[in-house]
Amino acid sequence: MKKEKLNIAVTGLNNTDNPGPGIPVIRGLREAKSFEPRIIGLAYENLEPGIYMKDMVDKTYQIPYPKSGSDVFLDRIKYIHNRENLEVIIPNLDAELYTFIKAEYELKTLGIHTFLPTLQQFEERSKPNLNAFGEKYGIKVPKSKPIAGYTDIQNLQAEFDFPVLVKGKFYDAYLAYNNEQVINYFNKLSSKWGLPVIIQEFVRGTEVNVVALGDGKGTTIAAVPMRKQYITDKGKAWGGITIQDPNLLEITHNLIRKTQWRGAMELEMIKTIQGEYYLIEINPRIPAWVYLAVAAGQNIPEALVNLALGKKVKPFEKYEVGKMFIRYSFDMIGDISQFEKLSMTGEL
Amino acid sequence: MKIKSNIAISDNGFMFDPYSGDSYNLNATAVAIIKLLKEEKTRDEIIEDFVRKYDVDTFTFEQNLDDFLAMLNHYDLVEQSS
Amino acid sequence: MEKLKYERPIINKIKAGVPDKYGMSTRVQIKTDIEGIPVKDIVNQYGSPVFVLSEKTIRETYQEAHRAFQSRYPKVQFAWSYKTNYLDAVCQIFHDEGSWAEVVSGFEYDKAIENGVPGNKIIFNGPDKSDADLKKAVENGSFIHIDHFDELYSLMRIVKKIGKKAKVAIRVNMDTGVYPKWDRFGFNYENGEAWNAINRIMLTENMDLVGLHTHIGTYMMTTNAYTVAAGKLADLAVKTAQKYKHHIKYIDMGGGFASKNTLKGAYLPGKDTCPSFDDYAEAITSALINSEIDPEHLPVLFLETGRALIDDAGYLIGSVLANKRLSNARRATIIDIGVNILFTSFWYEHEIYPGQACSQQTEDTTIYGPLCMNIDVIRESIQFPLLQKNDLVVIPRVGAYNMTQWMQFITLRPNVVLIDREQNLHLIRKKETNEIFKNQEIVPKHLKNKKT
Repeated sequence: MKKEKLNIAVTGLNNTDNPGPGIPVIRGLREAKSFEPRIIGLAYENLEPGIYMKDMVDKTYQIPYPKSGSDVFLDRIKYIHNRENLEVIIPNLDAELYTFIKAEYELKTLGIHTFLPTLQQFEERSKPNLNAFGEKYGIKVPKSKPIAGYTDIQNLQAEFDFPVLVKGKFYDAYLAYNNEQVINYFNKLSSKWGLPVIIQEFVRGTEVNVVALGDGKGTTIAAVPMRKQYITDKGKAWGGITIQDPNLLEITHNLIRKTQWRGAMELEMIKTIQGEYYLIEINPRIPAWVYLAVAAGQNIPEALVNLALGKKVKPFEKYEVGKMFIRYSFDMIGDISQFEKLSMTGEL
Repeated sequence: MKIKSNIAISDNGFMFDPYSGDSYNLNATAVAIIKLLKEEKTRDEIIEDFVRKYDVDTFTFEQNLDDFLAMLNHYDLVEQSS
Repeated sequence: MEKLKYERPIINKIKAGVPDKYGMSTRVQIKTDIEGIPVKDIVNQYGSPVFVLSEKTIRETYQEAHRAFQSRYPKVQFAWSYKTNYLDAVCQIFHDEGSWAEVVSGFEYDKAIENGVPGNKIIFNGPDKSDADLKKAVENGSFIHIDHFDELYSLMRIVKKIGKKAKVAIRVNMDTGVYPKWDRFGFNYENGEAWNAINRIMLTENMDLVGLHTHIGTYMMTTNAYTVAAGKLADLAVKTAQKYKHHIKYIDMGGGFASKNTLKGAYLPGKDTCPSFDDYAEAITSALINSEIDPEHLPVLFLETGRALIDDAGYLIGSVLANKRLSNARRATIIDIGVNILFTSFWYEHEIYPGQACSQQTEDTTIYGPLCMNIDVIRESIQFPLLQKNDLVVIPRVGAYNMTQWMQFITLRPNVVLIDREQNLHLIRKKETNEIFKNQEIVPKHLKNKKT
């Protein structure tokens, strides 16, 4: 039987040493058994490596940052839709999710499907609300506090033991050992991502992650746990391995059931020596290491596309333990003419 | 003022400076000025040419041209006269 | 020969890696008219800069807010927050729509009276009410929202002396889970101070506790805080009813609703993230309806929202004074709108639109005001087309606070005009004159007419 052809737009083509999930997502889509994708890359920056990967991306369009406002942003998406007839968009970057979630209905009326968490789910798990989230859903969370200025930093010592993690609203986290370092990171993070900045108790243990997919009705469609084996100085996984951790899977299933989570998520957890699990963060999207899950037997990008199109998807029941990913970098060769075309027309 | 040789400019306004590796984006009037500079026209000749061809008065264009030439200088795109 | 269309020559460096707006066909938006009236005509008639208010937008915004609450809750009353914009014409529009007056000083109180608001439709807030103010408010039957114990005791002395009953409410501050916590106004909920104040009032003759008031902060982007706050006020109302068989007549949720402006430091534009009136209304009314308050004695819901009702209705038109290159070759444009009249530029990234057709080519530009001061920056960085001297610019969403917090500094405050619903222009505040300032000043005799 001939596979159905689908036009799928993907963001996050920044496959750098701090990679966006776009290319790993596309690899999953390219291996899909249920459809044959034509991939439309959506890029914010003119050097996102994915733009130049011809075997991955069929055509790329530049899009404005969500910062420039949703009307400008959606105008551009509509323009691309008119040319490419998009069926599904998979946004992969935190900073754009709010805009896409808000635009879900408008996109749908155009015939573009997404499969994202609801605004309530998105807000509830946001870093400043994580403590309340943990309380509500019965999951341990390191103590954290949003701060908005220097006076808050002066008062930290009464509430936290150093070191503490200083985290940006959307991205980035630094470990600070004293107030001066907190101030330093506070300035850095607030100028980049805005306020508030979040202070979080530093929990010692092993970092374990889960990539999961919820169907929006409480069922976990996919879930693969992974332990990072090597972490770069940017805190990103360099290598990781799928692990068998029934407790972690149970936590994931419970969370998806209770929150009725819709879409992909990455759970970042710390497992302490005592065997307790602390939730550090929920990323409400597919993580960059998703191809490991694909290789271990759960093609999450494919399942997500099918869910977005309203198809019934059977939950995955198993995955291979001991599958590893080892990240590497690679110098592609491009030409100024490609750069010119992209810079002058916004398309390549 | 002379534009560095080897600097390539496309009709669509894309300019590449092979000395520095930097790229630039120019509007149509800017492209026209670069072409005149490549023909080694002087500032006065450019002004005369523009005021004749374009819907602009001398004062406005002179002010705009000087600003533009200063930018070319700032981006190090012109030969430093010895 | 027909001449070619001229556009100022522009060269922009394409920054590798970072986003580049070119080739993405994002159009430069321009604003050539307000409510159908060309901005050029407004400036020709009233000068530059000039504030413009739209009566239509004010009324429509008010009606939208009112509908959002009225459709969810049986008894709703808005009170216009004078401090947000107390131009008389503006206040009259709100009063005409049915708003009471919410004032925070003796000056504002008198203004409301002069605007024809009956005393029993004025809410008197704030920490600064003189004994004379309080006495006047008691005599007029206004609602006095007590801010602190010193005020409570002053009022107790006054009512005892004049033997007239005061209608009072207390302002309550509380932890609603938002940052920063506003605990400087009113009595604290968590530490029991608010309950103490209620008890003290209930035991005072000549004081009728009619309401409970809170104002949880400004520019609230999360509606959940209102749910928490409404719940806590409802608790106090229930406790009061249980202990004294006394039913609170109204709950005043204050204001603090965000407008669509973008706060500095925010990642996404305000118009994308600001909750709607329906969102706020849902949060507040569901908390009250779901509370333990006896449905037979459901209090009236008072709202004092200011910013969200007026910000969108105000525009500021100005003109370009000069263009400059800074020493690092960065483009700077100087306009005749400074932070003295656009006070909100200290915390907003105001949108700025060219007031006439212009080039689609933009440059990263800093926009400065005309004041001889380094802090006079309207926008640090904006992708803006190059305008020529005397070209017009329009800044939307300036209706809140600018026409009350503006400063008279090195120049005179400009004209304010109102566009009515039939598109007629009305001057509603005249540009100040040197005479006004001269009249206020007194030069001692020995300093007069000195020759220099």
